[in-house]
Amino acid sequence: MKIGNVKEKIATLFFWITSLAVIVVLLLIVGDLLIKGYALLSIDYFIQPPRQAGLSGGISSLLVGTMVLVVLAIMIAFPISLGTAILLQQFSQKYHHFTNFIRISLDVLAGVPSIVFGLFGLKLFSEVLGLGWSILSGSLTLTCMILPLTIIGTEQGLRSASCKYGCCCEALSVSQWGALWNVLLPAAAPSILAGLLLALGRCFAESAAVMFTAGAVTQMPTSIFDSSRALAYHIYIMAIEVPGGTPHAYTASLVLVVLITGINIIVNLVTYYLLKRNVQE
Amino acid sequence: MLILSQLSGLLSAIIIFLIFVFLIFEMLPLLMRVDLLQFVNSNWSPSNGSYGLWPMVAGSIWVVVGAVAIAAPLGIAVAIFNVWYAPYIISSILQVVLALLAGIPSVVFGLWGLQVLVPKINIVQPPGLSVLAGIFILAIMILPTAALLSDATLRSLPKSYMQGAMALGIGRWAAIRHILLPAASTNLIGAIVLQVGRAIGETMAVLMVMGNALQIPTDIFDPARTLTSHMALEMAYASGDHRRALFLTGFLILLIVTTLVLFSVWLGRRQNYENR
Repeated sequence: MKIGNVKEKIATLFFWITSLAVIVVLLLIVGDLLIKGYALLSIDYFIQPPRQAGLSGGISSLLVGTMVLVVLAIMIAFPISLGTAILLQQFSQKYHHFTNFIRISLDVLAGVPSIVFGLFGLKLFSEVLGLGWSILSGSLTLTCMILPLTIIGTEQGLRSASCKYGCCCEALSVSQWGALWNVLLPAAAPSILAGLLLALGRCFAESAAVMFTAGAVTQMPTSIFDSSRALAYHIYIMAIEVPGGTPHAYTASLVLVVLITGINIIVNLVTYYLLKRNVQE
Repeated sequence: MLILSQLSGLLSAIIIFLIFVFLIFEMLPLLMRVDLLQFVNSNWSPSNGSYGLWPMVAGSIWVVVGAVAIAAPLGIAVAIFNVWYAPYIISSILQVVLALLAGIPSVVFGLWGLQVLVPKINIVQPPGLSVLAGIFILAIMILPTAALLSDATLRSLPKSYMQGAMALGIGRWAAIRHILLPAASTNLIGAIVLQVGRAIGETMAVLMVMGNALQIPTDIFDPARTLTSHMALEMAYASGDHRRALFLTGFLILLIVTTLVLFSVWLGRRQNYENR
């Protein structure tokens, strides 16, 4: 009994120390970035385009390019994931084998490394479809990459809405599609939004998938057929390829981390709000 | 409406199919022409027409095994703490922090590794850009996701297991060690297998901290190149057979990762079947 107690104490201590140490180390890394990145941060950094290969000026054109790249990817992914999620959620019993097959494809797609998406995008969108190095080509590649994420997010939203209202709609003999458009989708909207925002963060963080498809041009893009360097790729280029670019890489990292963390905090707030609403009802 | 929905559902399957088709078509001419053994026992020297991938395979194996060996136990430990030890407030904060850390871009971790970690390793043994740096950065990167996935797995266990153990007067750790972990083991392995897949596919961070030397690493202080950074480094200027060899590298990674994912899916199904 004594030995058992000692073991319990040791285990408790071990788990506290390990977990706190892990979190502290991870937060120290982020802290280091924030402190070093803060040095070059100014209003000018956001409104000036990069000059001298990024060693002076700011990141305005990259920010615009990255925003367009990412938002376009989400806009293309949204209808596809809505359709797929409806199929997976509403018709899984009717088309059992088909939906099972799609689910396995989604699992595989979710596991494909981003660099492989990059190769695929380079071949299909840039070369076969002739889009070259362009924002559109990068966006389409990103769409392929985030589809599993947005589909699963949309499906989960639909499922929880269906748990709550599905039976009522059936009892009132509302048609399946009528229920979907008028009841289930509006009810699921916040969690669908959370899923899309999560995917938005993933797109911002991505560099391997867009380096071969969206290119590395730093000029202000004028259309979606122009090449534009993604912000994450800019960090890589400043840290590795431009001598003396490290401080700029840190500043760009700070901007990117704040942007992505901001998006993820919104996701967490939406999810928290949904949980609370479900509990209250 | 239904047709539209079915078409969009089919699209995901089509994309994964197209990825395979394009990579295979791009590399097939090379694969048909040269001896398969050449990829294993020669050097990588595209100008001489030799495309040995072994140094990169070795580099990938070193980092991935090292990173998962560090991140998997730590991730599970954090998850155990989060589910059964931490007070409610701490565990909910921890979950949010982990989710936020999981969203941080790999280039940012790579930048930190390059500027902080590599110089420190350089003091111990030059050049600093090494397998060890890659292992560390990769472990740090997959830790948050590993912890979150394990957390979800452990939380999905029936509450009655812990309650029953407590009612019998079994200590918390003894219950975890002998009842809860064995019950969750299959799904935990599935979660770790997925992390192995992620570690193999990770590109930018290892590209920045590992030195990318074309050699088979003999210890953890040697610089090395992984399969993924190999593609990222050479794709921009490759053409002809060189390019085909790079697509072959991509196909190799795709094959490994797909196998891992299907294995993990199979594990999950088997577990669900047993639980029924």
